[in-house]
Amino acid sequence: MIRREREELTIPPDGRSFEEQPKWRQDFPIDWPQADYLSRRDFTKFMVLISLAFTAGQFWIIVRNFLRKRRGEAPIQAIATIDQLPIGGSLAFIYPEAHDTCLLVRTAEKTFVAYSQKCTHLSCAVVPQPDKNRFYCPCHEGSFDLATGATIAGPPQRPLPRINLEVRGDRIYATSVEVKTI
Amino acid sequence: MVPDQNEFFMDPNRCIGCQACVQACSECETHKGYSMIHLDYVDRAHSVQTAPVVCLHCDSPTCAEVCPADAIKKTADGVVQTALKPRCIACNNCVLACPFGVPKMKTDFKLMMKCDMCYDRTSEGLKPMCATVCPSQALFFGTREEIEFLRPRSVATNQFRFGEQTITTKVNMMLPKSGKAEYVDVTAAMSQRGSGKTISLNILDGMYEGEQNQ
Repeated sequence: MIRREREELTIPPDGRSFEEQPKWRQDFPIDWPQADYLSRRDFTKFMVLISLAFTAGQFWIIVRNFLRKRRGEAPIQAIATIDQLPIGGSLAFIYPEAHDTCLLVRTAEKTFVAYSQKCTHLSCAVVPQPDKNRFYCPCHEGSFDLATGATIAGPPQRPLPRINLEVRGDRIYATSVEVKTI
Repeated sequence: MVPDQNEFFMDPNRCIGCQACVQACSECETHKGYSMIHLDYVDRAHSVQTAPVVCLHCDSPTCAEVCPADAIKKTADGVVQTALKPRCIACNNCVLACPFGVPKMKTDFKLMMKCDMCYDRTSEGLKPMCATVCPSQALFFGTREEIEFLRPRSVATNQFRFGEQTITTKVNMMLPKSGKAEYVDVTAAMSQRGSGKTISLNILDGMYEGEQNQ
């Protein structure tokens, strides 16, 4: 028996040659050597396309960096007066964009803290509980520390983004957002 | 790689139904405890004739053609292998499609397993397990010269006819030389009545009568 060519070992049911077969049969050959076979052209094509994708990714990063620098810092915004809040009271405000709800809490006579209201787990609105010294997320029972925004319990992994505050006279200003990962 | 001169010859005529091949097959390390060979009773009610069925390794394997997961592959020497474990989805398509009823669905492993002509042995130049143990050599593995010398009254064929379709296989079936058939017509054989003599065993008849008289 003379061994046939690698392409011709399995005879398709219609009996025609390998080149005449439909694309799917050429893509999923039954013969093992043929299934493992990778042509130099296919390999080169794969390498070129992958390097092209990496190059495009680099440019994407450059563009995103440029846009981020252009956007700059969030503006300073007045959010409340000191008299508005009793000790232990809280106030919702919007900062820095239109849909970013935040919470301002007065924890002591001269201590104010503010955090984003979006739970870092699945973006539910957290509820301030100053008596328990925490922010509570009712969706999955997540808890954040009132003083630092760090996670205490539940599924969230990252702390709440902190809003930096500044008190000038009797007014409280939000100055910037501090996003932390740990 | 199975040496080209070594071929498998199947001769159901010579099968004595001793189950040695079944036992030997299940002794194999690659599928220990599970036999991949089928020992079929041809017409159990009227005959003791059995026929061993190993995979015939078709040139155009229907099991692989119907596999939706691209799991059944054939090696360069024409041996159709057990389904690839990472790909097999245990859909049973191959079991239903195989005209010889060879693939076995092992639901424990969610894997189709089949006779691979003991690829671990034959690729090293050894004989398959079943052929080494078969006492009547109904399953024979060797060269064409050997089988022609040993079976002067038989001729080997690897063509099987199912209706309009002819299937060519790697494994050969021994046919009587007097029949002069080029292929095995499977569909015609299915409706054929056995031509052997009817033998009735009446050894127990007398015993029964003796009991009646007492």
